[in-house]
Amino acid sequence: MASAEIDIKYVAHLARLHLTPDEEKKLGAQLGHILGYVEKLNELEVSNVEPTAHAVPMVNVTRADEVRPSLPHNAALRNAPAQANGLFIVPKIVE
Amino acid sequence: MLNQLTISELSARLAQHEVSAREAMQSCLDQITRVDGKIHAFISHNDADALAQADAADKLLSQGGGSASRPLLGVPVAVKDVLAVKNQPLNCGSKILGQFVSPYDATVVEKLKAAGAIIFGRLNMDEFAMGSSTENSAFGITKNPWDTTRIPGGSSGGSAAAVAADETIAALGSDTGGSIRQPAALCGCVGLKPTYGCVSRYGLVAFASSLDQIGPLTKDVRDAATMLSVIGGHDSRDSTSVPQPVPDYAAVLTGDIKGLKLGLPKEYMIGGRDAEVKSAVDAAVKKFQALGAELVEISLPHTDYAVATYYIIATAEASANLARFDGVRYGARVDGADPVELYGKTRGAGFGAEVKRRIILGTYVLSSGYYDAYYLRAQKVRTLIRNDFLKAFETVDAIVTPTSPTAAFKIGEKSDDPLQMYLSDIFTISCNLAGICGVSLPCGFTKSPKRPIGLQLLGKPFGEETLLKIAYAYERGTAWHKERPPL
Repeated sequence: MASAEIDIKYVAHLARLHLTPDEEKKLGAQLGHILGYVEKLNELEVSNVEPTAHAVPMVNVTRADEVRPSLPHNAALRNAPAQANGLFIVPKIVE
Repeated sequence: MLNQLTISELSARLAQHEVSAREAMQSCLDQITRVDGKIHAFISHNDADALAQADAADKLLSQGGGSASRPLLGVPVAVKDVLAVKNQPLNCGSKILGQFVSPYDATVVEKLKAAGAIIFGRLNMDEFAMGSSTENSAFGITKNPWDTTRIPGGSSGGSAAAVAADETIAALGSDTGGSIRQPAALCGCVGLKPTYGCVSRYGLVAFASSLDQIGPLTKDVRDAATMLSVIGGHDSRDSTSVPQPVPDYAAVLTGDIKGLKLGLPKEYMIGGRDAEVKSAVDAAVKKFQALGAELVEISLPHTDYAVATYYIIATAEASANLARFDGVRYGARVDGADPVELYGKTRGAGFGAEVKRRIILGTYVLSSGYYDAYYLRAQKVRTLIRNDFLKAFETVDAIVTPTSPTAAFKIGEKSDDPLQMYLSDIFTISCNLAGICGVSLPCGFTKSPKRPIGLQLLGKPFGEETLLKIAYAYERGTAWHKERPPL
């Protein structure tokens, strides 16, 4: 298992989460502590145990394929921080 | 005072036209005016809207519209700030949702409205339901009504405090690792976490999707049963909702539990428990014996691994679920030169410390090279924990434990030590990992200062009828739930 040292900058980038230098320092120490604690799971032999993703396992849950009312366009856009012409506005992606 | 009534008491008076829904609603709003400055259970409440709903209920009541089809007609129910109520704000105790207003109702809210309830108020919570103290809200700390220097528990701290302080007749909360049961215990009310799949989560903002459930916080067990009969049931909009018939849970509350077997897990009896919590739970066990239940020692051998398992699975799922808060489709935005910078800045400014901590931890345990070591291993240990419970339920009908190792702690006491805070969930989190049901109800008080103590009962998957029956039998023989905080 990994050492308790986390590359906080890298993980924060993966999470798309800007952290201040103070936050990086504080979180790094706390997470090292927490990861040290969860190392105790290594005490258990689990090689022959099936993982549980959901406590009530149901697979291939489908519903009838029929047209039903859905959220109106303007209601879906109502909470957008920036919108125009019925679209979400984001910074330019492609030059 | 009408705001002090239970659902069953208020419904009876409304049906007899002794009081109006408007009077009941006004009585709750008056109590909020009187005490919420001290406890801050509510983030917001729209009095005009609440009273308009009350007037609509009174109109139906005058036409004889109550009874079976609308079991909550005219009953004020307040909602945790994690559930969508059409045209009401939804913030999850966070800055990141900005001025968000829900475009639709959560299924549970739809059902409550159909049952005649008045849906009012946004109840404070730990941001995105991450916390055990309601100290992690962008809208300020909620205080315990029994002692305002202490925390109300969390994350549904606003829900528990509002019910305990008689600011509402009942409330909804959500429970991912104890977030209904622990605050119910610390504030002295009843809190029910239904079985995973029992209640639709459509319209609940997701924290950890394999663990989250919605449930009621109420003044007694009968009210919890009434609420569950309304909100439970299959919903095609939630693919994890289980197609099961919804019984009339209140109908099984006979008080007779003779011959039922209750398990006492030996792993829960050691260490960490406050002496007053221990003696209150011991006394409750004696009470169950006096009621004719048989007490059996059982073993849940993987108990000691539950907190570690939970904080890997819950944070992993949270890191994925909270990816949707990116400043594009809704909520607050901090602009950037490109979308990636916009996401990072928006999330950096919008999330609080505990949410950041869990997103980072969850991202880490899912990241390349660590997935097997952390996440997959935790899912395997989860199987062992679940099997412990399923095995125990082969011999017992329910399991008896404390809800929390201690009564309410001081504001600030654990906020700088996340691991200590996590360990305070030790008795509640296994229930979510195993996907079973659990309820907390009052079983005593500490001496000085006087703070409520909670008793937890854990039941089989979809064993809510038996669970509530046992809880009711205990409650009927005690008066703890009738005590009120000195506000």
